[in-house]
Amino acid sequence: MASPESTINGPTKAAGADSKSLRNAFGGVIAFIILVLIGVLAFSIRLFSVIKYESVIHEFDPYFNYRVTQFLSKNGIYDFWNWFDDRTWYPLGRVIGGTVYPGLTLTAGTIWKVVNSLNIPLSVETVCVFTAPIFSAFASWAAYLLTKEVKGPGAGLTAAALLAMVPSYISRSVAGSYDNEAVAIFALVFTFYLYIKTLNTGSLFYATLNALAYFYMVCSWGGYTFIINLIPMHVLLCIVTGRYSSRLYIAYAPLVVLGTLLAALVPVVGFNAVLTSEHFASFLVFIIIHVVALAYYIKGILSPKMFKVAVTLVVSVGLAVCCAVIAILIAVVASSPTKGWSGRSLTLLDPTYASKYIPIIASVSEHQPPTWPSYFMDINVLAFLVPAGIIACFMPLSDSSSFVILYIVTSVYFSGVMVRLMLVLAPAACILSGIALSEAFNVLTRSIKFQLPGIAGNSTSEENGSSSVVAPSDVSKTEKTEEVAKEKPVKKNRKKEKENVEKKPTPSKTERRLLVLPLEASVIAVLLLVLLGAFYVVHCVWAAAEAYSAPSIVLTSQSNDGGLHVFDDFREAYSWLSHNTDVDDKVASWWDYGYQTTAMANRTVLVDNNTWNNTHIATVGTAMSSPEKQAWEIFHSLDVKYVLVVFGGLVGYPSDDINKFLWMVRIGGGEFPHIKEPDYLRDGQYRIDAQATPTMLNCLMYKLSYFRFVETDGKGFDRVRRTEIGKKHFKLTHFEEVFTTHHWMVRIYKLKPPRNRIRGKTKKSKSSVRRSVSSKRDVKGKRNPWH
Amino acid sequence: NEQLAIPQLRQSSYRHETPPTNPSRRCLHLGYFGGKRLHKISWSAPKPSPLTRSAPMAKLAIFFTLTLSLLPFLSHSFSPDTPTDRRILVLLDDFSLKSSHSIFFTSLKSRGFDLDFKLADDPKLSLQRYGQYLYDGLILFAPSVERFGGALDVAAVLDFVDSGHDLIVAADTTASDLIKSVATECGVDFDEDPSAMVIDHQGYAVSDVDGDHTLIAADELIRSDVILGKTKIEAPVLFKGIAHSLNAANTLALKVLSGSPSAYSANPSAKLSSPPSLTGSAISLVSVVQARNNARIMISGSLDLFSNRYMKSSVQKAGSPSKYEKSGNEQFVTEVSKWLFHERGHLKAGNLRHLKVGETGEPAMYRIKDDLEFYVDIFEWSGNSWEPYVADDVQVQFYMMSPYVLKTLSTDKKGLYHTSFKVPDVYGVFQFKVEYQKLGYTSLSLSKQIPVRPFRHNEYERFIPTAFPYYGASFTTMAGFFIFSVVYLYNK
Repeated sequence: MASPESTINGPTKAAGADSKSLRNAFGGVIAFIILVLIGVLAFSIRLFSVIKYESVIHEFDPYFNYRVTQFLSKNGIYDFWNWFDDRTWYPLGRVIGGTVYPGLTLTAGTIWKVVNSLNIPLSVETVCVFTAPIFSAFASWAAYLLTKEVKGPGAGLTAAALLAMVPSYISRSVAGSYDNEAVAIFALVFTFYLYIKTLNTGSLFYATLNALAYFYMVCSWGGYTFIINLIPMHVLLCIVTGRYSSRLYIAYAPLVVLGTLLAALVPVVGFNAVLTSEHFASFLVFIIIHVVALAYYIKGILSPKMFKVAVTLVVSVGLAVCCAVIAILIAVVASSPTKGWSGRSLTLLDPTYASKYIPIIASVSEHQPPTWPSYFMDINVLAFLVPAGIIACFMPLSDSSSFVILYIVTSVYFSGVMVRLMLVLAPAACILSGIALSEAFNVLTRSIKFQLPGIAGNSTSEENGSSSVVAPSDVSKTEKTEEVAKEKPVKKNRKKEKENVEKKPTPSKTERRLLVLPLEASVIAVLLLVLLGAFYVVHCVWAAAEAYSAPSIVLTSQSNDGGLHVFDDFREAYSWLSHNTDVDDKVASWWDYGYQTTAMANRTVLVDNNTWNNTHIATVGTAMSSPEKQAWEIFHSLDVKYVLVVFGGLVGYPSDDINKFLWMVRIGGGEFPHIKEPDYLRDGQYRIDAQATPTMLNCLMYKLSYFRFVETDGKGFDRVRRTEIGKKHFKLTHFEEVFTTHHWMVRIYKLKPPRNRIRGKTKKSKSSVRRSVSSKRDVKGKRNPWH
Repeated sequence: NEQLAIPQLRQSSYRHETPPTNPSRRCLHLGYFGGKRLHKISWSAPKPSPLTRSAPMAKLAIFFTLTLSLLPFLSHSFSPDTPTDRRILVLLDDFSLKSSHSIFFTSLKSRGFDLDFKLADDPKLSLQRYGQYLYDGLILFAPSVERFGGALDVAAVLDFVDSGHDLIVAADTTASDLIKSVATECGVDFDEDPSAMVIDHQGYAVSDVDGDHTLIAADELIRSDVILGKTKIEAPVLFKGIAHSLNAANTLALKVLSGSPSAYSANPSAKLSSPPSLTGSAISLVSVVQARNNARIMISGSLDLFSNRYMKSSVQKAGSPSKYEKSGNEQFVTEVSKWLFHERGHLKAGNLRHLKVGETGEPAMYRIKDDLEFYVDIFEWSGNSWEPYVADDVQVQFYMMSPYVLKTLSTDKKGLYHTSFKVPDVYGVFQFKVEYQKLGYTSLSLSKQIPVRPFRHNEYERFIPTAFPYYGASFTTMAGFFIFSVVYLYNK
């Protein structure tokens, strides 16, 4: 889409001179080729996971998406829409069609269908694995379009190249990472592009497209609220800074109306599109922009004097009305306990909210605030280029560049709250860095060109695109072409705004001459910038190859002699489940493994990664942190047959259930107050060695994790916690071990059936046990939530 | 072996091929289980009529069948088809018991049981061979045995019970720790004082000559027709032995014969220095236990209860004017043993099915607010055949963590139970659950999972009458805007 435009741009802007039009056409072709190469780069850098491991779906959520896509491809869209899934959240079930963002699934399903109708027999899994890389190529092109609208094609190409390999985005879009974000980032950037495009052109056509792109974004990811808040903020900013224009109106009003209507069509959003506070800002700004439009209209038909009178009148009346309306709204909103915001949104506004009130949101690792090193890891040198980009956006400040500034500022804040939202920051950082790099190269290469008339811009980088190939002798022409090139899309479509363009500060020839840097400095600076870019590329490739490619379902480790050791325990366990258990058997595990169990083992689970029912998760957490007998009763009342725990103590796999256990205690304790976190901590420390509390040593999770563990090395040394376990020799009374994987990473237990006979009492010691059990049974009435 | 045996067992589950002659119970049983193929080997070899067949031939046939397929086929105690026991091992302290308790044994034999008497310390004792049980029931009339002979021990006895077989344990004052521990494992606690006996100074039998009041005329029977039969036991039951107690929390054990309020457990020959640990109706004289797998256990504190002497003797309870010619022991023991060996009170439920009203065939999933019909078959074993079970208290639950619907089923008196109800307005994975636990009967616990889905997107009403003003408003607005546009654009 981008390339024809730039090739067409070429001939139009080069007025008259044949050689110049040829040169511009040549530039367009180069830009096109570069874009294609960027797409190839974006796609191929994400294939490390397939090459190093295999073509599998990664992590947790993608397994659910994969399962949904399989269902879609098998049963069609209507059955998908009405799908009631009885294999998750037993016994509640889940209405998948109404609780899932369908964008990703529909996209992959469509791709699969198209490909198959072309007689290319790809499996659903293959399509799912490669959806993310494909869409990251699209995202790079969208970034090119957006940046081109803001600062011209040179910056656009740089931004696209940067985005193609930014590690933050790679982490969520490697082949196999079949998650919503994979398509959502493309949708996000593309929606922003269309907004800017509409803003620059004032075309209703683009405004409609913008609403459609927004619809796609709503379909794809809950992060659409970012768009519906950022754009109103920008509109408000434009109005406040006196940049209101009819283009702004056209860019905004249709988006709100059409966008909200379309968003309400997505089942998972539905009436939330008008009811929740996330969407409130857009409606408020919608009202404001109409008031402003009316004011401008009245200003146009009235004499200045009359206008002043009218303004005072309207403002005084309007303020009163506004106050009343706002007071009512606040009252309505305040009457709801969460102030009409969803938990995740509140977490964004108040970063301490989740840790205080909703452990279930706080427990997810991707909802934690990022550490400083993770910024360097995820956006690398872009972190240093972004400030330069912001400065470049201020010279000159236009509607579009102010939008980019607003985008980076908000996304920096959000990324600081949740590490997951680093993903939203990445495109913004790439765009601004692209602008910064492009401007820097512009200045530097121009300085070189200016001082070395003999050398045609050989040292210039490709990013400079058409401007750098212009002969250095006629600076004025270069200047002009540059200017025209930059403002071209604006000018082409609307002549009325010409004054606007003319007003922009155009540095005169002499000023430009003054901006010229010394030759040596320029050359060195160019070299340094190239070096910086090279570092970035090296880092990105390393990140893609080493850090972000592991599918987490298969683990590898480097042994001392350089060999590769593969840990395939998860799939071993899931296939054991699918081969050795009944189809209707229920498997209880912590919710992380829910999606994988349903997708890979095809067994019913109690809870999974879709955390919509806190109580149900708390019940499982309570069972895991209760003693064996109580746990057995809870599980038995939920018809559970098997319990699955993940244990890393033998091989040193750190994200196992013992390390997650405190969250189970917290989440369980949030609903069932007899589970108290301090009972599991010794002096505020979480430990599993001999110093651990009896509650900890007797809870189900401890027992299931460390059952027979001492048999492995005779001491029971846990390699994750780096300590010997506290209780080594014990027996299970209500559970029996049925399967433990090769590296003990997944252990599966079966609930024993209730005892056939009830024993009497024989000796005094036993009678006391008996009595305590029976007295417990009375207490249990309160404790066990299902009795 | 197992895997081979099962299909044949299934194949042979119909009964038309009963063997022509009946050399012994064992053979009948074998033919019964062995099925078609077995008969071909054993019975149809001699072409002429089976009546002319010689005894050696029959023996050979028995030998064949025994060696070939007795073990894997024979030893299921009660198959779902014939729950009544057939082969019973009786362990005795002394073979003299065989004659002194002969009325009880004869009544068992006359009901078709095959009794195998052995001494409790017989060194060749074994309940199972090659992993298969040789007996369906065990009678322990050996209160004083300290150690069983052969491969038998407490764990073996309990395994026998846990695999669904029945057990009678009789103790008396000489009861050993072994017998007591068997009882304890079944949930019955004998008095820990080894010299204690049940003494009742008001409920003793007056025929008793000696005056320590340890021969009790007990008449506190459990009120259950299933366990004790329909005919009321008029005469008191003579009892002389030790007391035991049951844990109140133990839902599986029942006191069939309990002590009167004035009974207590103490050493009759010593002075009572401290209050007895077991008194009044906390004392159980005879208890039964029905384990979760429906194995039935009877525990009696008195071995003499089963003896010919007590059965024949006349009885008069102290303070009561009526004197009975014959004690209630024989009737009591016979009726309880009938229940114990599954001649009574054994239910079978199955064929759980449901369908949407107006449809045939079972749906895989219901929608909320669907009307459905539910059916289940319940039969009772009469000792020979399955008869329809008739009761008005069988209920079905439509269950998801708690019952959303609880309905009593109506029966057609032919074993079919039926009801119909509306699916609640809640979606989720439900279960049809029939949990039937009635005193004395085997407990029935059936469930069938069925998901309930919400409405499909096109199952809602398309136009709601109350919303017509809104429809009207939006259409008039559209029309008005259209007219306004035309006027505004073309009316200059």
